[in-house]
Formats: sequence, C-alpha cells, structure tokens
Amino acid sequence: MKKQVLAGLAIGASLLAAGMTGAFAQARVKLTAYTALEVDQLPVFKAAIEKAVPDVEIVWVRDSTGVITARFLAEKDNPRADLMLGLAATSLLLFEKDGLLLDYRPKGVDALKPAFRDANGAYTWTGMDAYLAVACYNVPEAKKVNAPLPASWDDLLRPEFKGHIVMPHPASSGTGYLMVAAWLQIMGEAKGWSYMDKLHENIAVYTHSGSAPCSQAAKGERMVGIGYDMRGASEKSKGAPIEIVLPKEGAGWEMEATAIVKGSKNVEAAKKVADWVASKEASELYGKYYAIVAHPEIKSAPPNYPTDAEAKMVKNDFNWMAENRERILKEWIKRYESKAQPK
Amino acid sequence: MTGQVRDFPRRHHGERVIATLAILTLAAILVIIIALPLWSLLSKSVRDASGAFIGLGNFRTYFTTPALVSSLWNSFLVALATVSIVVPLAFVYAYALTRSTMRFKGLFMALAMTPIFAPSLLSAISLIYVFGNQGFLKALLFGHSIYGPIGIVIAEAIYCFPHAVMIIATALRLADGRLYEAAEAMGTKPARVFLTITLPGARYGLISAAFVIFTLVITDFGIPKVIGGQFSVLATDAYKQIVGQQNFEMGAVVGLVLLAPAVFAFFIDRQVQKKQVALLSARAVPYEPKPSRWRDGALTAFCLVMGAILAGMLGVSIWASFIKYWPYNLSLTLASYDFATFEPSGWDPYFTSLQMAALVAIFGTALIFSGAYLIEKVAFAPVLRGFAHFLAMLPMAVPGLVLGLGYVFFINAKGNPLGIFYGTLALLSVNTIAHFYTVAHITATTALKQIDAEFESVSASLRVPFWVTFRRVTVPISLPAILDIAVYLFVNALTTISAVVFLYGPTTKLASIAIVHMDETGATAAAAAMATCIVASAITVKLAHVALDRLVFSRLQAWRKR
Repeated sequence: MKKQVLAGLAIGASLLAAGMTGAFAQARVKLTAYTALEVDQLPVFKAAIEKAVPDVEIVWVRDSTGVITARFLAEKDNPRADLMLGLAATSLLLFEKDGLLLDYRPKGVDALKPAFRDANGAYTWTGMDAYLAVACYNVPEAKKVNAPLPASWDDLLRPEFKGHIVMPHPASSGTGYLMVAAWLQIMGEAKGWSYMDKLHENIAVYTHSGSAPCSQAAKGERMVGIGYDMRGASEKSKGAPIEIVLPKEGAGWEMEATAIVKGSKNVEAAKKVADWVASKEASELYGKYYAIVAHPEIKSAPPNYPTDAEAKMVKNDFNWMAENRERILKEWIKRYESKAQPK
Repeated sequence: MTGQVRDFPRRHHGERVIATLAILTLAAILVIIIALPLWSLLSKSVRDASGAFIGLGNFRTYFTTPALVSSLWNSFLVALATVSIVVPLAFVYAYALTRSTMRFKGLFMALAMTPIFAPSLLSAISLIYVFGNQGFLKALLFGHSIYGPIGIVIAEAIYCFPHAVMIIATALRLADGRLYEAAEAMGTKPARVFLTITLPGARYGLISAAFVIFTLVITDFGIPKVIGGQFSVLATDAYKQIVGQQNFEMGAVVGLVLLAPAVFAFFIDRQVQKKQVALLSARAVPYEPKPSRWRDGALTAFCLVMGAILAGMLGVSIWASFIKYWPYNLSLTLASYDFATFEPSGWDPYFTSLQMAALVAIFGTALIFSGAYLIEKVAFAPVLRGFAHFLAMLPMAVPGLVLGLGYVFFINAKGNPLGIFYGTLALLSVNTIAHFYTVAHITATTALKQIDAEFESVSASLRVPFWVTFRRVTVPISLPAILDIAVYLFVNALTTISAVVFLYGPTTKLASIAIVHMDETGATAAAAAMATCIVASAITVKLAHVALDRLVFSRLQAWRKR
C-alpha cells in the first residue's frame, strides 16, 4: 500500500508540475472568474474581454447561482476567485455584507442606469443586465382545457390552471424567492400572502431549480411555468410552442453583476476587466442576450422577447429582500410546505 | 471482525510492526480523506453564521420546524419502500447469476449494471419521457403523477438495483459445494436446502444490501430534486439549506440527521458480523450449479424482464439524444453530439472524466481492497482496525453535497498544505474515492469474509508474513471481486456530480457537470448525448470486464473446480 501512496504522491506532483509549466508558458494574467452566465455565452464574453484587455486571460468557473454562491462562501477564508462576473446581484449583496468584495468604482459607471450601480456604502458591484420573472405559457397544453392566455398575475388564479402551474421553491432557488418578494412588494404584504394562498391551490409543484419551470412549460410537461424570461425566449427560438407573458402588474427582476474579490492577487488586471464591464461596448454585448442592459444608450431586442420589458420592472429593493429573507421564507414554509401533499 | 483470526505465537519477526504501521497508514489516510473534511462541515452545526459556538441552537430551530417531521417520515417511507422492492428482486437476479446454469450470465450482469452506467440525470430524463405528463406510458400510472413518491421510488429502485445485485451476488458467489452435496445425499428437499444453506449463507450480503440501499435512498438528492415534486425529503432539505439559502450551519444539521441511519447500520452490521462464519474454508469446494430446466427457465425469464426494463430506461434516453425538440419535433438529428456548440469546452470534459475515472479505479481499488484486507484479516491493532472500518462505512451516509463542501472547507482552509491540490484532478479523484468508498469496501469485506481465516493461520504457523499471504492467496482468490470494485469505481467516477460540483477547477470540468450545465441551458438533447457517451464508455469497460472474467479468470479460477 505504501507503494501506492508513493505513486499517488508522484502523480499529484507531476500534475502540479504540469499545471505550473502551463502557468509559466502564459505571459497574460490569468483571472479566475466565477459566473452563472449561460454556458453558450462564456466563450463570447471571454473573447470580448480578452480583446478589450489584451493582457488578461479569463478562466471560468461556471455553475448555477446557488451552487456558485455556496461555493464562494465556503471558500471565503481563502478565496480562489479574482472576479465575480455575471452573478446575481442578490448574491453579491450577500458577499458585500460579509466584506468579501473589493471597494472599486470602475471607470464609466456614472453613465450607467442608476439601478445598475451599487448605491449603498462602499462601491463593490456593477450591474450588467437584468432579467424578469415571467410566465411561460404552453399554447397546445392550454388549448386542451381552454385556459386563456393570462394577462395578469390574477389570471393565473383561474380554475383552468389548477394543478398546471410550476414555480421555483423559494427556499431552494433564488429565482423562487425573488418572485415571492416581488409579489409582496407589488401587492403589499397582506395582499401578497393572500394572493400566494390562492396561487398555491393552482401550483402543481414547486421545483428546486429556477430554470426548470420555463423548460418544463416549453416541453409541454406543464402548462404554465413561472420563471426567468430568457430561458423562455431561447426555448421559443428552438421551436417550443410557448408565449412569454409579462403580467400587467409588473414583474420581479434580478440583475447580473460584476465585482472584484477582496484578496485577489491580480487586482490591477481585475480592475481593468471591471472597467470593461461598465463600458458601452460591454452593454452592446449583453444586449445580444438580454433585453435590459446597464448602458442607457443600448436598446436591445433579443429574438422572441416581449418588447415592453423594461417598463414592467417593478420597484425592487434588494436590501429589503436581503433583510427580510429569513422571515419571509419562514412564513412561506409555514403556509405552504407543511401542508403540501404529493398530488 | 475479530475472533476469527487466531494470533499464533510464531510470527515472522517484524510482522507486528509492519502490520501496525500499515494499519496506522490506512487510518491516517481515511482520517484525511473522510473524517477531517466531514468534520469541517459538520462541526458547523453547533455554530452560528459568524462561527461562534451556540450549542444545540441550530438543532432546536431545525426540530421545531414543522416541515421537518414530514421530511423525516417521507425519507424513511421512501427508503423502506425501495428496500422492500429492490432486495427481493436483486436477490432473485443475483441468484440467477450465481446459482443457475442460465446462459448469457455476463450479458445479464452487464444489464443489471446499466443504471450505474448512466448519470442520474439520464434516468430522470427517461422517467419523464416515459411517465411524465407528455410521457407515452403515462396511462400505466392510472392518473397518479410521476412527480412525487411514486416517481422517487421507481427511480431509486432502478438506481439501487445494481448496488444490491453486486453485493448479493458477491455473497452468493462463494459457496461451499460440499454442503449442497451433503444435503443432496441426505435427500433434503430443495426448499429446505434454500432455507437452511443458501439464505443463511447470503444473510450477510442481504443485510448489507438492505442497509446500503436504505442509506443510498436517504442521502440521494438528485432524484428527489428532479422528480420529487412536492414530496420533500431530508436530502432535498439539505439542498435547500446549502444551495438555496447558503446556510451551511443548518445544512450541517441536516447532514448530521442523515448520518444517524448509517451509524445505526454500522452497529447492526457489527452484530451480524459476530455471527458470520467464513463460508469458504480452506477445504471448501466451490458450488457447481447443476442444470435444472424449470429453474433455469424461470430465472432466465425473470432476468429477461428485469433486463428489458433496465435496458428500456437507458434506450429512451439514448433516443432522446437524437431528438430535435421533444415532444414537438421528434425528427432525428446528430447535431446534439457537436458539443462545442452547447458548451465552450466541447469534448474536453468527456476526456477529463475518463482520466479521473481511471485514476479513481486504479488507486481506489488498491486502497480499498488492501484496506479491507488489513481490517478484516490482520490480527493486530483491533481498535485501530475498528476505527478504520467505521470511517470506511461513513461516506455512504453522507450526501455528496455535504462531502464536497466539507472538502472545500478542509482543503481550502488557510494553512492546509493540501491546498495546492485545490481544483486539480488529483483532488477530484481523492474526493470521488472517498465518496464511493463504502460500497466498494463492503464488497471487498464480503469477499474476504468468505475466505477461511485458516489461510492466515496456516501462513502464520509456516512463518509466512501476511503480505505474502495477501499477494499469493487472497488477491488471486478475490480477483473477480477486485475487478468488480474497480469497475464499480470507474463507472461511478464517470457519473458522479454532487460532491465534485464544488471542487472542479477551470481546467478540470467533468462530463457529468457539463451534462447538468447543458440541461440547465435547456439543451436536453445535448445533455442526453453527452450522457450517452458516458454510458457507452462505461458499457465498453464493463464488456471488457466480462471478457476478461471469461477468458482469463476462468483459467485462474480453475482451482475452484474439481
């Protein structure tokens, strides 16, 4: 067995050596960026950044928002990332609170829309693009029971939708919490809860993933999925028979943002990337994928996306959301989880 | 595990020292790869978010949450249902593989393994395509939804079947033919032979299998996450706390609750072991099943049905990888196999996975089998051996999520010299070995237990040190089990996701992770395609294993026959 241990060490050492020679061969500064951007966007963003800032090389570690957030928090004693690039602003607020982000105000942020700038305390994060919580409505499935295209959140309470709606579980998915928080903010607490009481009657299941609802609606697995808009739009482009509904009361939204990790060994390079993130060219790139971007002069219209999205963004107080999260989740679990029976 | 090995006075000098050192090394390795990472996460259960000690406060919060009781109950129910479905089925299947003259045994063994060839996401895709709201066999559920306990039990049963077959078959494979000959000579009825010889001989394997499945189901979060719908279980509770709310402290509490059944299983296991007698004594004669038309026919039919179900599940997801847009455009395409269009790293994750699986199979098997030998057959340092055995039994009870985060906390801690391995393939491999340690350890132990301790006693009286016995007797006898372990580790390393998702680095992204990412992007067909490549590789390895078994070991194991 000792032989094996030695062999193991030898392999470990050779892997390490291989890694090091790899590192020395590159003259550019390697920046490790944690991200929750969709995988197909990663090479495009990498190419654009490396073109704008030639002396850096971006290496991605990408996962879903919850996993990346948990991972970064678990690593906080010895951070492995230089940048958060394209991660939910709510996660970055969490990191800011723990003092994990560098205070840096990138060049050009003042030109961005106010909502995309960190307004509280030290300046740590910059918004890139925003996306909305919408309802993905499957046309052929709805036809089977004559369920009309909803125009408002209230329309989802109609009996035709009973057992046909899915939304993310707010304790499992940041998307889910964002929706709950949005309803409470649009309707006020008392009305918001009574709305959710009624909606609960129509919900088939609460999924554990924020991207599942629109995917399931797109595949006809469910009639209506409440989830993020861009998934719905991209599924529609692939041929899914769905409509994307932006309810008239407005919709909750989330932002993807960038921040520099405090303790990064490559702060100067990271700052250059953060400057690029706040630039107009960068917003042009976001506009290829997202309807709402940071720079006010960029008007974008991704395919199959509702045009009036920006007007539907509700007033969304991220700080209120963060402060009340525990209380709201507790109440939500008390109301819906303990009585939730398998259907 | 003591009691069978008598400590003979005339030992090879220095054997005691070397044995103690070897056991110490084993224990140290297990502490580093299992105990310390687990401790660094689970110790958070008595702390608050800022790291201050708060005693049992988190447990109080947790146990006063009403949803917990239902999760606990749900987990228990689902696990029990799965055990009571899988163990009898797997027993019959394993019986057919080991105690009949059924043909195509290698093929049936490979079929039984198909569920572990596939990443768990694949079985979820299959189940939804077959039984989901658009599924073509939805009617079979009589109006019930696949999203919930029914779906969980079906999916878990399929997922656990290979584990159960593997453990039970190992237990059934080594039998003393003399017992059966004696029974036959005395005219004992087959039913009585079955009840008094076969079942007691397989008892250890059956009980192990039951506990393994129970714990696998309790800790698995992949299946309930995708198909559990509203039905909350302990493992999804852990997921909600850790990934949903980044509440590591409460996640640690759930992790500890999940450990309870495993610790219980460990003590039951010890009780059973005390009564276990070695089946293959030095004078034993391997059992040679005689042809029996009705028995072999019935068993073949049973294996055909089970095999068809398992192959069917796999077939659906392979088909899914060629479909353009399910269920609205069922035309076939190869486009999903052009991974570079869905995933920037293209085919790289696939090769990284193969590399890691090979590392895990080679080093994992060496470590686990030698470890099991030290624990089982060497007469020194009983306390240390008991401790090592306990650590070896732990990982199964730990959700991959908890183990993976434990690794982050432990390896990435400031000042840990192992930090240089962070994000490397070496660390991913070590983590995967730790994650799948238990079933491989049980398989090794089951195989070793059936070899009479007399081999060691005789070696001792001949002043042959244990490592010579190990090399010249134990390893050759156990080669089939060793290969089983290697293949098991290889295949699981290809498909594992929950632990490594926190550990991979920019250049060490694995295929299983790429699969989840592509599915998250909505590229279900591409995800199924990558999974199909994984399945194909796993099956290739398994077929090589079968061929090797037949060509080489049939000769090496010829001594077993008369």
